[in-house]
Amino acid sequence: MSSAPTPSGAPNNGATTDSVIHDIGFRHYDGPRLGRGWAFRSLLLETLRGCYGLGRPAKVKAMPWVLVAFSILPALIMVTVAIVTSLTELPLSYVGYPQAMSLPLSLFVAGRAPYAVSRDLRDGVMPLYLSRPIKRGDYVVAKFSGLAIGVFLFIAAPLAVLYIGALLAKFPVWHETWIFLGGVAMAAVLALILTALSMVLAAFTRRRGFGVAAIVTTLVFTAIFASVLVHVVGDQVSRAAGSYFAIIDPFALVDALAISWLGVEATTPGLEPNGALDMLYFTLVFIGFIAGSLGILLRRFRKVGGV
Amino acid sequence: MSIISTQRLTKAFGPIIAVSNLTVELPSGVVGLVGANGAGKSTLIKILLGLLPPTSGAASILGLDCLTDGLKIREHVGYMPESECLPLDVSATEFLVHMARMSGMPSHVARERAADTLRHVGLYEERYRPIGGYSTGMKQRVKLAQALVHDPTLVFLDEPTNGLDPAGRDEMLGLISRISGDFGISVVVTSHLMGELERISDHLVVIEAGVLSRSTSTADATQLSGALLVEVTDRADDAVARLRKKGATVVIGVRPGTFAVEMTDKAVPSWVVEIVAKLKVGLVRLQPSRHHLSEIFLADATPTEKEAAHV
Repeated sequence: MSSAPTPSGAPNNGATTDSVIHDIGFRHYDGPRLGRGWAFRSLLLETLRGCYGLGRPAKVKAMPWVLVAFSILPALIMVTVAIVTSLTELPLSYVGYPQAMSLPLSLFVAGRAPYAVSRDLRDGVMPLYLSRPIKRGDYVVAKFSGLAIGVFLFIAAPLAVLYIGALLAKFPVWHETWIFLGGVAMAAVLALILTALSMVLAAFTRRRGFGVAAIVTTLVFTAIFASVLVHVVGDQVSRAAGSYFAIIDPFALVDALAISWLGVEATTPGLEPNGALDMLYFTLVFIGFIAGSLGILLRRFRKVGGV
Repeated sequence: MSIISTQRLTKAFGPIIAVSNLTVELPSGVVGLVGANGAGKSTLIKILLGLLPPTSGAASILGLDCLTDGLKIREHVGYMPESECLPLDVSATEFLVHMARMSGMPSHVARERAADTLRHVGLYEERYRPIGGYSTGMKQRVKLAQALVHDPTLVFLDEPTNGLDPAGRDEMLGLISRISGDFGISVVVTSHLMGELERISDHLVVIEAGVLSRSTSTADATQLSGALLVEVTDRADDAVARLRKKGATVVIGVRPGTFAVEMTDKAVPSWVVEIVAKLKVGLVRLQPSRHHLSEIFLADATPTEKEAAHV
């Protein structure tokens, strides 16, 4: 990536390497223009960098990295304990760990989604993006992907710590790798759901503070509603019927998917989906939610920031 | 050789017609696009950037069709919006590198060109600080730089002097002249002020309520005779009398102490200096103007009156 010393636009005769530097005026560029795919990639990467405050002032970096520390620290402690005390199994599973870390994860998502989206709306940057060689939908998909990857890395980093620790603690390699991969897959699902939810909320709040508040509030209340409904309906009607209400809360939905797909134990108390039909139900809700959110985002950005 | 051409271009938003039956050929160089707010300037730019399909008619830039080649056009065209459009928490350098990449520059080229372009628009050490702390003038420069960073063939500058103080305006207009003259990039610059565009444009287009009301080369209109704007601290009447005695044609200005002398002779500026020196008064302004003598002091009048004077 680091550059060649010759100006890319200027002709290079190869003969004048030890000459003095002149102000040669405005230099033209005759090299390749990489077009839409490259622009998409650049926007995705910029969004991902923004997630962790890279290339931003220190005060922007502080929050995401404090949360990263909070989410990795318990994993480090668990791993240390596992190695020292020769446990045979990690105290928290790869699927259960992100559920237990829902607080730092929620705060991270609530901070980063508005940073990725409402900043462009508030500062009016959209016209500058639209005047580049991309299409309107590219902006939405690149932002979504960048944020989703950022959230995924946040969830997966402590899982990687757990996995490395488990291998160091001499847990059975194949079994451990298998359940680790399951955990990574569920991390990706959780990242997609949280990204979709938070980006939609952020896209409708021009002020970043409101966006953060809206996302945190939504995540807190959906968790409470889901847990109450799963319990009450589960007790009054049946466990399976109660489980259907898990779709209200992103974390419970991922838990239900993990139970259906991977056959792991429930982290959310009272959650007992069973059978292929339940699996289909939760899978369809998941796919529908992601597709619906992307649809809303595409519609939203067709309206705003017209050049 | 025309760089932009439109044929019977019309854009309607429901009952509102923003651009009406516009047929125009614009040459390279600096093109001034004049019109009141809401005259359809921004709509025209959107259509030309390939972001808004016209209701009817056709438009092309650099030989590319605005309806179908939008992506290609936007690789080779720069755009500086009128509105605030800069993220406040990144540095100008960081932002420009990103914008260069968004235009298709490879990373190492993007970095070089970002630094170069910021230098050309006159941003130096401050380019490493977050944009949030910049003055209006500095932000305008960053906005201009992001439109130039990918070495476009043509840039659209939408009201680039908006919000600037007189000194800032002059600097911005100077920069725009350099973009065309030194950088070799064609410029389409909009403004609702005819006066400032006349100073820098090679070609002027006036739009009123979406309709083309005039498209002329400024050279045709003003090279016939130049004039010299003069402002003195005192005894303007005596100076005018002495100039007239030498055979010069002089028009007295509205503001006290100002007058304009027609450039009938190459020696006119030295006559003025000589006479001012003899009268022992201060010379505040001695400015050549390409404008026709009869319209110079109408510059402060409203655009419509000025139009009337011009026709």
